[in-house]
Amino acid sequence: MEQILANGVYLGAQYAMIALGLTLIFALMNVLNFAHGQMYVLGGFVTYTFYGQLGWPFVPALLMSCLTLAVAGALIERFLFAPVIRRSAREESTMLLAAGLAFLLDAIILLVFGEKQRGVPKIVNGVLNWDFRVIMPYDRILICGLAILSIVTFILFMQYSKTGRALRALAQDRTAAELMGVDVARYSMIGFAIGAMLAGLVGGLLVTITGVNLGMGGPTSIKAFMMVMIGGAGVISGAIAGGIILGFLEAIGLAVLSQYGDITYLVIFVSLMIFLAIRPRGLMGKPWG
Amino acid sequence: MKRRTLVTAALAAAVAVAAQTGAAMAMNPVLKIGFVGVTSGPAAAWGTSNQRSMEARAAWINETGGYTIGGTTYDIEIVSFDDQKDPKRAIAGMEKMANEGIHYVVGPNVDDGAAAVRPVAEKNGIMYFPYAFPKELYSAPASNAVLGMVANYQSGPAIYKMLRDEKGVKTVAFVAANESDPLSQRDSGVAAAKALGLDVVSSNVTYQVDTTDFTPVLTPVMRSRPDLLVLSGVSPANAPQLIRSARELGYRGLISTETAQDARVLSEGAGDLANGFISVGGASTPEIASDMMKEFVDRYTAMFGEYNDESNTKVYALEYILETLKANPAAIDDVDEFQRTMDTFEAPNPYMKGDAKLRYVGMSSFGQKRQIAVPLVVNVFNDGEFETMFVAEVD
Repeated sequence: MEQILANGVYLGAQYAMIALGLTLIFALMNVLNFAHGQMYVLGGFVTYTFYGQLGWPFVPALLMSCLTLAVAGALIERFLFAPVIRRSAREESTMLLAAGLAFLLDAIILLVFGEKQRGVPKIVNGVLNWDFRVIMPYDRILICGLAILSIVTFILFMQYSKTGRALRALAQDRTAAELMGVDVARYSMIGFAIGAMLAGLVGGLLVTITGVNLGMGGPTSIKAFMMVMIGGAGVISGAIAGGIILGFLEAIGLAVLSQYGDITYLVIFVSLMIFLAIRPRGLMGKPWG
Repeated sequence: MKRRTLVTAALAAAVAVAAQTGAAMAMNPVLKIGFVGVTSGPAAAWGTSNQRSMEARAAWINETGGYTIGGTTYDIEIVSFDDQKDPKRAIAGMEKMANEGIHYVVGPNVDDGAAAVRPVAEKNGIMYFPYAFPKELYSAPASNAVLGMVANYQSGPAIYKMLRDEKGVKTVAFVAANESDPLSQRDSGVAAAKALGLDVVSSNVTYQVDTTDFTPVLTPVMRSRPDLLVLSGVSPANAPQLIRSARELGYRGLISTETAQDARVLSEGAGDLANGFISVGGASTPEIASDMMKEFVDRYTAMFGEYNDESNTKVYALEYILETLKANPAAIDDVDEFQRTMDTFEAPNPYMKGDAKLRYVGMSSFGQKRQIAVPLVVNVFNDGEFETMFVAEVD
């Protein structure tokens, strides 16, 4: 049981971080960013390049992932999403754009980083072994701690900074925010950049544990959407709750259901369908309260 | 004036050289060889190493003047199609090859894709070289598929027997991704282990192919404390993570797989924890690689920036196609001729030292010669490199 709880906390923290950026972008712009997983992968490859290949210390390499994705996110919003949103009232337009962006990023990643699985040296060696009741490598504990710290920092930023307040206002009501003097175009770009940066941050953190490869983007996006659906689209606390719930469901399912084969995600998907039939807006709904 | 004349003369010379070069390049007719396989998504490494092996070899052949078959020298063109590991796309890919008049295709990479393209290939006179293991693809009445590697039901028993006899392995656990290829490989592995008298202590744990953290997956397997953990049909992307998680969970036994792996991927993903990992390789370990194999590796690396050890196996299919066509030029557009030649074909294996031969095998497994004789090389990973444990032949 202790091992299941430890796995649940670890998986939940990383999943919550993955979902945060996705839900932020959805809240601000009503864009379902199907390329979120590819942004996560790109963040992993940037950290791999600077930390694993060029020998930079881990933290600066991680910051390079954040910076790269933030810049990429800002450019994507400014030159791709903003014009489409301006010209098309149909939500499918941005969905198609996001899907196209996912394919584009996949192709770029293949060209630049290749098809192979990549990995980096461990940032901390050793394994915590508590009497064989909990076995957890120290690097996972560190990454879990960093993920929780990042989530707390992000919540504080959104709650107390001027930019965070502007982003929340934008998410609640774009027109009202504009009337109150919020520069909607500027903060939309900043919000998208922060969402992409979060994807880069978690990609950079997790490359030390899971490595990274070209094919991780699509499945990561699907998991992120599941978390957002559980918690409620566009709600930060919902994304965190969704991530933690999915993490625990996965940890419990893999431990309890393994003897019946790989049915953990089957059970999770069926549960999700039933849950959404009862509560289609997820746990916390939209918009931010 | 003089300067203008000089420039004009230089331009004329350049045009003449370009025209001559173009004429030289255009002189050789083109022989198209197809590739239908997965070059995107999670399994991209499998197909990409295929495609790049073919492209590297074709570029090498073309650079050295082409390939002579029946007195005609051809330039080799590789026509590729990404099936995205989707059987419907694989069918579309094979139809594209048929439309282009291609009779020889390498791929697909997985079981369902290879099974799906069979009707298209047989109807359109296409010989294809899948990297998929179902025996019905290669047994009569199937006729046009040729297994491009060693199947796990051929390599697995050899590995388990060696580990039983030499390492004292008595218990074995199997873990597989929840996909058709790894699951069928697991089932045949379990059967082979039982036939050797090994005690299979766990075989029902599977994982999603997109899993990135294997600690929760492996925790129940580790409780069975096997002497040998078999990663059935494991992809190069998942192998290092599985090894790492198993070792971090305190597993000290042996770990093996019957799929080909990449040394650098293992080194980056699992480091020293991958030491002792046993896998099936090809023909470029230093002990057996010929000079031609070494040059192939160099050329591949120069062309694509980095070599992929999976290409040690995948270098062979194109060579077999071309050598068989050379042996019987009538087969160039007649696969019946190709099939007739397969029964007696034999040529020197250019990628291995010694007197190894290229020949078709498979009588034992399929009842007809529908497999290329790739050396069964079993490697062990140590300190960033593969070392050859033993080399065997399949039939």
